[in-house]
Amino acid sequence: MKIAGYEQQPVDARLAREARWDVEEFHAAYCQLLDLGDIEQWADFFTTDCLYIITARENAEADLPVGLVYAEGRDMIRDRAFAVRHTQMFAPRYLQHFVSNVLILAVAGNEIRAQSNYQLLQTLVEGPTTLLQAGRYYDTFWRENGRLLIEERRCIYDTTLIANDLVLPV
Amino acid sequence: MFSNDTVIHPLGSTSKEREPASYQWPAEGLAAIPDWIYTSEWIYDREMARIFHGKTWNFVALEAEVPHAGDFKRSYVGPTPVVVVRDEAGGVQVFENRCAHRGVEFCRHARGNTTEFVCPYHQWTYDLHGDLQGIPFKRGIKGEADSGMPADFNNKQHGLRKLNVECLHGVVFASFAEAMEPVAQYLGEEVLKDFAVVFKDRKLKILGYYRNELPGNWKLYQENLKDPYHATLLHSFLVTFGLMVAGSKTSMIADPTGRHGTMASRRPDDVSKVVDSNTAKEMRAYRTDLKLADTRFLEFIPEFNSPWTVTMQTIWPNMIVQRELNTLGVRQIVPNGPNSQIMIWTMFGYDTDTPEMTRHRLRQGNLMGPSGFLGLEDNEAIKFLQEGVRRSPSDRGVLKLGGKSEGTGGIISESAIRAMYRSYREVMEL
Repeated sequence: MKIAGYEQQPVDARLAREARWDVEEFHAAYCQLLDLGDIEQWADFFTTDCLYIITARENAEADLPVGLVYAEGRDMIRDRAFAVRHTQMFAPRYLQHFVSNVLILAVAGNEIRAQSNYQLLQTLVEGPTTLLQAGRYYDTFWRENGRLLIEERRCIYDTTLIANDLVLPV
Repeated sequence: MFSNDTVIHPLGSTSKEREPASYQWPAEGLAAIPDWIYTSEWIYDREMARIFHGKTWNFVALEAEVPHAGDFKRSYVGPTPVVVVRDEAGGVQVFENRCAHRGVEFCRHARGNTTEFVCPYHQWTYDLHGDLQGIPFKRGIKGEADSGMPADFNNKQHGLRKLNVECLHGVVFASFAEAMEPVAQYLGEEVLKDFAVVFKDRKLKILGYYRNELPGNWKLYQENLKDPYHATLLHSFLVTFGLMVAGSKTSMIADPTGRHGTMASRRPDDVSKVVDSNTAKEMRAYRTDLKLADTRFLEFIPEFNSPWTVTMQTIWPNMIVQRELNTLGVRQIVPNGPNSQIMIWTMFGYDTDTPEMTRHRLRQGNLMGPSGFLGLEDNEAIKFLQEGVRRSPSDRGVLKLGGKSEGTGGIISESAIRAMYRSYREVMEL
């Protein structure tokens, strides 16, 4: 699977090491926030005009643009967080994100492109913990005041057949 | 493993399985629904035989998914895998995804293009019509006794099982039954009207797919979209942001048989004028102080010749046509045992869409699908219902809203669900 814009570019080894450190720290903070359920701060990880898409690998491979979640801009991220917190009806659940295999694809000025694998475990009340998604993040980060923000995040999942629904963010 | 089996034993904690002769519909008639129609293996098998494999038209594809000769997709009629393919002459063929030799489900790719289908096990080869073209070693090996096929083996009698096919306005329907009325007649005038609004004289542009397993009986999804009562109660997002409220112009339209339906509504221009204080009290979710940060999401760009801004059509037994503002799609129900269904969502726009219109449809797509603000709540509610009926000794649900009416009705009525079950009981002889 090739995602346009996420090809491996030559990256200076020192820059790559620094970028990897920052990206790993970003993932840890992002996952911590979501796993603890603080969804209302979720939007703080994004730039104002970000793009955030969750889609099945079958769509990505066929170049089909649909998103299971498709947010253009931080305001849409805020609206989704608000909806999930205040208007949506769903059974209580815990999620745990596991992110690994970080690859730094390109570093240019304040911009970093990276690819990482993720696993998303879900636990429902009186249910077992199940693997909800196995997927890959294709990320474009923007460094602002020493901190990374998501300019673009494509969450592309292999787990084509979703177990009923995906409520909380990936 | 499907999620419906992750906790509850397949038979459930309180099995409602019984002797065939004792499946008797409750004496209250359509004012009650017995739990066993959602849980029984015996009922499920009868549904597959009499409904999905019987005299029904089943949605299998959009023509836009197979535009060129040799284009194919995997699909389903009921739980049965089929292949939908565009032949050389431009027709659409549908046949079982089951090799005529030993039964192998030979087509494994979701979509593709080919000139022939080859079963991987023994390389029996079929053309785009499903006719058997070749068998390796058909005449056997020289010098081996009783080698190869018998002399009277006729390829023509060993093709793939072909289904009856009809395309209407670019939508492909298939049936295991030979003698079927035309699809337009099957849908009926009332349902055909809003179906044509979405499809007639339009070239579709496929935007992509969602797939999910929904751990609930397949009929619950048909019911859900014949149940306008739930829309303003379960879906607080609709109410909070004024997309639909009790008091909006709404109609639940049923065809004369009761099988199909169109839930139609018109978004109020000004919600506060529609909702009086009494209506507001009944809807817990009703708020006047909330606004979206990005209001583009709920814009409606007029593009249809229709009084409705939303039409959700249920086409018996396996299809939903979704026109929710500018987000368009079809859903295919694939029954998966009494306690589960697989849902395949195909989202689309039109080939005349500008890039900005496509993006608008993608943004609005957040309403629907297994992560959609409306879609996910339906999936949750249906799952809860299935778990409730599987595990309690109580044995029936109540269907009394709107009195005894059956068919087209209002928003606070279960009239269309009753009409569906009237038709269901006839076919199922229950």
